[in-house]
Amino acid sequence: MYQLLKQVFDVGIRTEPPPPPEESLRVLTQRLENEILRLFNGALAIRQVDAGSCNGCELEIHALNNPYYNLEGLGIKFVASPRHADMLLVTGPVARNMEVALKRTWEATPDPKLVVALGECGCDGGMFGESYASRGRVANVIPVDVAVPGCPPTPAAIMQGILTAISAKPAATHD
Amino acid sequence: MAFEGLQLPMLPLHGASPAWHARVETAQLPQVCRAVRDQGGRLTALWGADNRDQAGGFSLHLILANGDGALWLTCRLDARNPAYPDLSQWFSSADRQQRAIHDLLGIQVEHSTAFVDRRPWLSHGAWSGSEFPLRRDASLENTSPPGTDNYAFVPVEGEGVHEIPVGPVHAGIIEPGHFRFSVVGEKVLRLEERLGYTHKGIAKRFSALTLKEGARLAGRISGDSTVAYAWAYAMAVEAMTGTTPPPRALWLRALYLERERIANHLGDLGALGNDGGLAFGLAQFMRLKEDVLRLNARVAGHRYLMDAIVPGGVMRDIDRAALDQLAAQCDALEPEVRTLREIYDDHAGLQDRFMTCGILTAATARRLGVVGFAARASGEAMDARRSPGLAPYDLLDVRVSTARSGDVAGRVAVRFGEVFESLRLIRAIVERIAPGRECMELPVPPAGAPGLGWIEGWRGEIFVALEAGENGRIRQAHAHDPSWQNWPALEHAVIGNIVPDFPVINKSFNLSYSGQDL
Repeated sequence: MYQLLKQVFDVGIRTEPPPPPEESLRVLTQRLENEILRLFNGALAIRQVDAGSCNGCELEIHALNNPYYNLEGLGIKFVASPRHADMLLVTGPVARNMEVALKRTWEATPDPKLVVALGECGCDGGMFGESYASRGRVANVIPVDVAVPGCPPTPAAIMQGILTAISAKPAATHD
Repeated sequence: MAFEGLQLPMLPLHGASPAWHARVETAQLPQVCRAVRDQGGRLTALWGADNRDQAGGFSLHLILANGDGALWLTCRLDARNPAYPDLSQWFSSADRQQRAIHDLLGIQVEHSTAFVDRRPWLSHGAWSGSEFPLRRDASLENTSPPGTDNYAFVPVEGEGVHEIPVGPVHAGIIEPGHFRFSVVGEKVLRLEERLGYTHKGIAKRFSALTLKEGARLAGRISGDSTVAYAWAYAMAVEAMTGTTPPPRALWLRALYLERERIANHLGDLGALGNDGGLAFGLAQFMRLKEDVLRLNARVAGHRYLMDAIVPGGVMRDIDRAALDQLAAQCDALEPEVRTLREIYDDHAGLQDRFMTCGILTAATARRLGVVGFAARASGEAMDARRSPGLAPYDLLDVRVSTARSGDVAGRVAVRFGEVFESLRLIRAIVERIAPGRECMELPVPPAGAPGLGWIEGWRGEIFVALEAGENGRIRQAHAHDPSWQNWPALEHAVIGNIVPDFPVINKSFNLSYSGQDL
């Protein structure tokens, strides 16, 4: 136990500041009212769905919870059921074998819900494109609010995408 | 010479690992398979192809491997009624691959008096059952919206038995697949896996690409093994063009492969701690893994080293200062991992979860043809870096980590051992790396030329088999993930354990979905 506590003390806190939201990542304009976003107050429950990825994006999503990015420290956590989620974080080209599962997961997520598509594949189908086995980009199957490019996107980029999805409408388009 | 006594006309294949190619008739398959199995060999990859456009009917391809090398067998099948004997009589790992071949090509296992599993594997009803996507004349226009296909899981009956269906969308951040547990109380009587959810038509996609473009796709078959796949692919292209990449490129590839091994083992060791109730382990190991990934990005331009290996060599050279940084990171990591291993070893609660949990016996591992660190943790000292060996590993005297217990604790011990060995190998590579070019131009291979790549990735051995098309294009490509052999081992390892131990057992293997769904 002594060694464990010493290790915790020696390593200290390594968390880095999060990136700011980035409007260019939006696919749809912010659908949530500012009042709802104010209630979220940055806190968010995410259900991750791998709809056919190579597992590269999943590695970077895991990295979000390492001490450097510490996503949970911002009040954002991953949940086990879509019924507990505010957001779906979807990776991969949508494999046809996953199409039904993705749609059902989306339907099971209560409104208001957000969808962030990750990676080259999630944005445009990537190397796999559309075929007998792949529906291509996530937006071909469910509505997408924010799409984060990269193969895979870095943890900072994923974090930026998530934060963009829960940021207020920019002042210029705000009525 | 390997595969003695088969009396087949074997053609040596050019390449980094000893490999031969031979054509066989279906009637010869039983005798060849039996002989190879009796000599301790194993079936690794099994796939099919449609050559009717070249008046060649269909073909069945097998890769048999042993400590001396690999034997690639091509068996011509009839164009109208393609069938072959059930290979799972000799190699249990043939079963799911045979089902996948049927789904993609409509090539059947011959009628047999013994039981043959004919349920679909990759086909989940998303394309019509009479369409076979890898047939060259497949129209695939009627891709109706997939429904529920009522897959026939094997029922377990008896008093108090019930089923727990899990997936394809799992509770964590994991790839999709379905697990059907049959349990009594908390005890698992049977686990049946159903995979194929991430099938995205990789073989068909390959055949639309040039050999150069294919490297990028190979690096995206299984993201956690991108280096291993890219190397195996590059090796296959180099084999078909009769070239050997410059020595510096080989050193850098080995350097990348060992860094991939370290990154994956560190992540999994952390996750295993977490699944065993020690969240501290996850935070600590994930921090170390992040350090490795960040240095990868600085030195080679990508956190997971995607696209760092290309046919002919590596994408870019690494200067001395960067090499020294890599060696310095090994020096920094080693004492940290030693400290964490001591903490794991001394933690009674964690050891209680790891020991005697999820046992894969040596006999079961051998029977199923299990490979990689999972086999090594059940006492099988196999490692393609060591035997048959591969440049530059022949100069490094790779020490193979093994354990005998076959439980989660054994797989954890082997993973720790492999982290330390990879750190040693990286230091040795940094010291010995040869100067010179990092990449060379490759000639265009003649159409029909075969090439085979064989790499010991962090999970186990990966094969990439290629056939050249016209003008530097790919005619056929098949990539084989060690998860094909190891997924059935997980079904055995969980028997008799309690359901809450499944996550820790599953993570101790950490098998690929995307790599086997293709």
